[in-house]
Amino acid sequence: MVKKEQEIANRPDNTAFTQQRLPAWQPMLSAGIVIPGFVLIGLAFIGIGVALFVTSRSIQVMELDYTGVEQTSPCFRCSDPNVKNCVCLLDFSIDSLFKGPVFFYYGLTNYFQNYRRYGVSKDDDQLSGNLDSFISPSDTCAPYEFDSNNKPIVPCGSVANSMFNDTFKLYQIISGAKNQVPFDGKGIAWWTDYNVKYRNPSVTPLRDAFNGTVKPLFWPRPAYELDPSDPNNNGFINQDFLVWMRRAALPDFRKLYRRITEGDYTQGLPAGNYSLEIAYNYPVLSFDGRKKVVLSNVSWMGGKNEFLGIAYLVIGSLCIVMSIVMLIVYAKFKFPEEE
Amino acid sequence: MGMDFSTLRTLISRYCVGEENWVDSRTVYIGQREPPPGTEAFIQQRFPDNRITSSKYTFWNFIPKNMFEQFRRVANFYFLIIFLVQLIIDTPTSPITSGLPLFFVITVTAIKQGYEDWLRHKADNSVNQCPVHVVQHGKVVRKQSRKLRVGDVVLVKEDESFPCDLILLSSSRDDGTCFVTTASLDGESSHKTYYAVQDTKAYNTEKEIDSIHATIECEQPQPDLYKFVGRINFYMDSEPVARPLGSENLLLRGATLKNTEFIYAVAIYTGMETKMALNYQSKSQKRSAVEKSMNAYLVVYLCILISKAIVNTVMKYVWQADPNRDEPWYNERTETERQRHIVIRAFTDFLAFMVLFNYIIPVSMYVTVEMQKFLGSYFIMWDDEMFDEELGERAMVNTSDLNEELGQVEYVFTDKTGTLTENNMEFIECCVDGHVYVPHVICNGQVMPGAASMDMIDTSPGPDAREHEELFFRALCLCHTVQVKEEETVDGIKHGIHQGKSTSFYISSSPDEVALVEGMKKLGFTYLRLKDSHMEILNREDEIERFELLEVLTFDSVRRRMSVIVRSSSGRLYLFCKGADSAIFPRVISGKVDQVRARVEHNAVEGLRTLCVAYRPLSQEQYQEVCQLLSGAKLALQDRDKRLAEAYDLIEKDLILLGATAVEDRLQEKAADTIESLHKAGMKVWVLTGDKMETAAATCYASKLFHRNTQILELTTKRTEEQSLHDVLFDLSRTVLRQHGGMTRDTFSGLSGDCTDYGLIIDGATLSAVLRPTHEDSNSGNYKEIFLEICRNCSAVLCCRMAPLQKAQIVKLIKASKEHPITLAIGDGANDVSMILEAHVGIGIMGKEGRQAARNSDYAIPKFKHLKKMLLVHGHYYYIRISELVQYFFYKNVCFIFPQFLYQFFCGFSQQPLYDTAYLTLYNISFTSLPILLYSLIEQHINMDILKKDPSLYRDIAKNSLLRWPIFIYWTLLGVYDAIVMFFGAYFLFDNTTFTSNGQLMTTNTQMMFGNWTFGTLVFTVLVFTVTFKLALDTHYWTWINHFVIWGSLIFFVVFSLLWGGIIWPFLNYQRMYYVFMQMLSSGPAWLSIILLIAASLLPDVVKKVIWRALWPTTTERIQNADKLYKGHLSEFTPLASLHAPSKAGHHRRGSGTQRNAPNPRSDL
Repeated sequence: MVKKEQEIANRPDNTAFTQQRLPAWQPMLSAGIVIPGFVLIGLAFIGIGVALFVTSRSIQVMELDYTGVEQTSPCFRCSDPNVKNCVCLLDFSIDSLFKGPVFFYYGLTNYFQNYRRYGVSKDDDQLSGNLDSFISPSDTCAPYEFDSNNKPIVPCGSVANSMFNDTFKLYQIISGAKNQVPFDGKGIAWWTDYNVKYRNPSVTPLRDAFNGTVKPLFWPRPAYELDPSDPNNNGFINQDFLVWMRRAALPDFRKLYRRITEGDYTQGLPAGNYSLEIAYNYPVLSFDGRKKVVLSNVSWMGGKNEFLGIAYLVIGSLCIVMSIVMLIVYAKFKFPEEE
Repeated sequence: MGMDFSTLRTLISRYCVGEENWVDSRTVYIGQREPPPGTEAFIQQRFPDNRITSSKYTFWNFIPKNMFEQFRRVANFYFLIIFLVQLIIDTPTSPITSGLPLFFVITVTAIKQGYEDWLRHKADNSVNQCPVHVVQHGKVVRKQSRKLRVGDVVLVKEDESFPCDLILLSSSRDDGTCFVTTASLDGESSHKTYYAVQDTKAYNTEKEIDSIHATIECEQPQPDLYKFVGRINFYMDSEPVARPLGSENLLLRGATLKNTEFIYAVAIYTGMETKMALNYQSKSQKRSAVEKSMNAYLVVYLCILISKAIVNTVMKYVWQADPNRDEPWYNERTETERQRHIVIRAFTDFLAFMVLFNYIIPVSMYVTVEMQKFLGSYFIMWDDEMFDEELGERAMVNTSDLNEELGQVEYVFTDKTGTLTENNMEFIECCVDGHVYVPHVICNGQVMPGAASMDMIDTSPGPDAREHEELFFRALCLCHTVQVKEEETVDGIKHGIHQGKSTSFYISSSPDEVALVEGMKKLGFTYLRLKDSHMEILNREDEIERFELLEVLTFDSVRRRMSVIVRSSSGRLYLFCKGADSAIFPRVISGKVDQVRARVEHNAVEGLRTLCVAYRPLSQEQYQEVCQLLSGAKLALQDRDKRLAEAYDLIEKDLILLGATAVEDRLQEKAADTIESLHKAGMKVWVLTGDKMETAAATCYASKLFHRNTQILELTTKRTEEQSLHDVLFDLSRTVLRQHGGMTRDTFSGLSGDCTDYGLIIDGATLSAVLRPTHEDSNSGNYKEIFLEICRNCSAVLCCRMAPLQKAQIVKLIKASKEHPITLAIGDGANDVSMILEAHVGIGIMGKEGRQAARNSDYAIPKFKHLKKMLLVHGHYYYIRISELVQYFFYKNVCFIFPQFLYQFFCGFSQQPLYDTAYLTLYNISFTSLPILLYSLIEQHINMDILKKDPSLYRDIAKNSLLRWPIFIYWTLLGVYDAIVMFFGAYFLFDNTTFTSNGQLMTTNTQMMFGNWTFGTLVFTVLVFTVTFKLALDTHYWTWINHFVIWGSLIFFVVFSLLWGGIIWPFLNYQRMYYVFMQMLSSGPAWLSIILLIAASLLPDVVKKVIWRALWPTTTERIQNADKLYKGHLSEFTPLASLHAPSKAGHHRRGSGTQRNAPNPRSDL
């Protein structure tokens, strides 16, 4: 009796799990499944690819380089670093209606916003309106932490310091007269950046919060004067500032400057001659960079992006080709066990 | 103050332990009484108290000691270094990313080890505090076990276990014996008899015991459980008397007193010096082949890591040669940075790159591998098919490090007795001077009632033979160490023949002896008992004969014989000797040697175990001489075994041959089937046995190790006597090579019937001649090589007449041969322990000869037949599982880190991480860890019934075929490809295009720009999905758990990302991930590109799989296809073999590992 009990005690549990006999689905990548699968995926991808490609084709983009490297360029004069407060005019024409809403971007090339040291050189605390950080900014901001008089810089750090400060005005030239195209600067930054992440200190007037601090060395005016006309677009929640503070992933990038959605231009920019007035401030030649403005409209899939469509087409056709190859293999070396 | 002194003294004695070891014997004062003055001055020694400490740590040293031990592991140390580098220099990722996983791993391990140690502390305490009874001043006093000191006289009662190693002084039984079970020491549940010293056995009250005045001299403690030498000196009268002490007087700690009311014994080894404690030491660790590959891969990845860091550092400085790139106006350095020397800057950059890429060697891989091994081993223990009803035992896993090695075995070394055979002996016949006696008609193992007690095959022997016959039967009744057990208490296995039939039965450590004594009983001579040194026999006329047992010359495996010296009631002295024929014949001076030898050989060919019996009449003078020899040897403190052996050698000579016995040892159930399966699986099976060649060969035929058409090559003493060893070896190798030289070597596998199979038989003597290094002969070095060459071409090898150490030697020889094959040794007895420890995988059988083999093994199974499932199913699965685990881990980390490497080319080599800290940290810990762990626990690429049915599938994974360099490189390249697709896919979407969000989420129709974190998150999302889908594609066995874990971990990733980005985390000093994931998902192109990139990453692997499966299927894949066709019922259909020999291009197998001997067929494709 004792022995029997021992036996039972020592006997392993006889369950499906312990005996590794759980019911299971046992799929296999056999040609019979994969070939039809590939054909289906291929067709779907080609379909998506065509749609994307066509949509992307319909998007109009106009790119204007205004760095002023060439002598013929209207901005050549301004590209000299010694010239201050330079304004240049860039004329261009549009042949057919540039369908709206039109987005106005500025672009920089060879500009490494993704430098690691550059990226960390800011103080999130400060930018969320914490006044303590106004007095003693985070040391990640160095060397843009304190100025030569040891006064704290607000906003500190190289990202803020290097904020893009060219400004643009677009005019349509209608029979010699300049008609300014209205720009919409609202809602060009992330909603969360504008409403949550970046906050001005709750001090009115805003200027008082900045007592005892200095503006970033590169800035022409302090943060509380970024847009004096609109308190909801001033200080740290200035939309241009927010756009700049979201670092670009790659060294050639565009950032949204304005949208053209108002007035006579709700439907887009009509054909005609235009003139772009550029307040040329931002130096890029020292690191061999380029500046440009881009006008573009968008579709359901965003901006112009031929790559995605082409990639879909390529992968889709690869799938089809592969399924044909597999079919040939299958036909030639008939799987013996599937006869 | 006194306390302090004692601690100090303990300390000093601890430090002086080295000195103490110099003293190779110790003196124990029984009852702590000093010897009378004038006797030899003994060296006073300090002995430890009886405290057992199996725990490793104390409360105070736990943290430092445990940390030290953990950081001794290379991997942990590597991560510690990375962590420290991150702390010291300014690195791209926060120290948390490597510190957290490391902390996690270290903490989990520390908690586990701490918990285990706490359990040990608890166990130690309960042991150390349990009460013992000590005799002090004639009274029994209770003491805590730990306070017991060497020299204390202890009272132990029935069913109590011994608190330390004791010398038995007296027992409640008059004859001074006691019964002990050592079940907790070596698992043998049989009762063993121990003897009190003859001079003290009468002292069995407290008072009397207290009056003993004696000292014990004995050797210092040594771990061998079965060895002990000592001497007891009595100071009764003026002259001290010395008596020998042996292991039969020594009661070991951990053993339990049985069937004896009480004993008195004196403590000689206490605490950590007891033999049990000395045996705690763990044996050396075995490393599996997979682990070796893993380490090699690690080195490769370390090289990749370093070269990546170097490339990026160099590129950085080349690129920065332009000062505007080095320090553009928008990103100026601080003064201190500028002043730093360029070499220091470069070095810091190098370290920073190392830190950035360090995730390529994942800390979690070690954890996962260890968890896989630990958890996976449970499936072996849980296996109901490896449970044995009869023994009530299941498979045991002593180390889980070797699970996958079970799938890699190439050589199986098996013991014969008890492993292949049942070790259940049955007496078949005996032969006296050539006359054969057979116990009458045996039917199902039971003697037919009423039949004549014996059958004489030969006609009636003459009067001279009559005397021999009488002596022969008495010899067998007397010459043994069998005990008679009165009632049936435990252990029904040991006496299989006798169950229930009688109230008394025989027990012995050797089943042969029981069989012989039982056989004698059937022939009319019944051994009754040993009483007062007299053995009683009931002879055929139902008279009781009494013989006084004078000496027992115990059996040992070197002498291979045992003897007893008895005095008959008529006063005549005999020495009876029984042993192996080779041990007896050379010592025989008369008797019908030839007839007996012929019969012995005949029986051996039948596969019976034979023993020869001889005797020697002793005169009184001769007996005195013998006594002197023996007592001299027994009293020796040093080299006692050697001197005993010499004494035995002198005594056991001039024998007169009486006859021989034959005992059958039946084959274990399904032994033949198992061996056949192992052969089919491509393993070479070697039988290593101490048995005679003929017996062993017969067993080999019965177990299908040798087939009828196997050509047997003999390399035995018989042959080498005729020819020189040199010639024999060359002869054999020529025979073998002629056969194989002509044909493709693919066919020699032993599967095809028409090709000649070779089987080699070698005996111990010849083997040692082959292996003996002789310096003068330049050829001798080659013997080994030639021998190995012969062995390589034999499908089966039988080594007979092997000493235990030779077994290990053979294993070592094969292990060290140039292919470095994986070896497995399986055995059940103490004589197999050496080879079990030597082989890559040691398997113990829970047999009848005790548990030593099982205790020392890596895995223990109840029966030999379970080896089949162990190797073919469990081994196969674990190998497949762990190799995928290893490859996949490296693959997913290439996918993970390579994009980050590529990103450096687009961020000015500034060590900008591509992914957020949380992703870097959690990728290996939580997003991708569980699916692979689960895969590595429950994947079954083929049903286990098929694996069992078709052993040749085992060849598909032979020679570590799934962890070969080509496959590793394939995985790595696949990883690099996936990384490139992911990175550049995202790159082209971002580069110079307006890849933006529609902003639908926030209802304002804007075109917001994405930053670098969105870029990284996009790559990371594709990454997590790709590597998880890749695993899903590799999974052949989808249980609900797989579904749960694979889809669950993807869902977890998404949920985590939503949470991580959805909240402003107060403890973070940056909020860079805030809403990044949501914004990304709100963009149509992001979805489209995620789908595209996942598809593009997986495409080539799928195509490769399908095409390879069609063009060069492995046997495994062929069976998988067929199984699919039969809807999982393939195992019920027979013609599996038809799938092996495909007609067309399918003949080409994939991977060079699958055909070991054929030239690679893919070279001509």
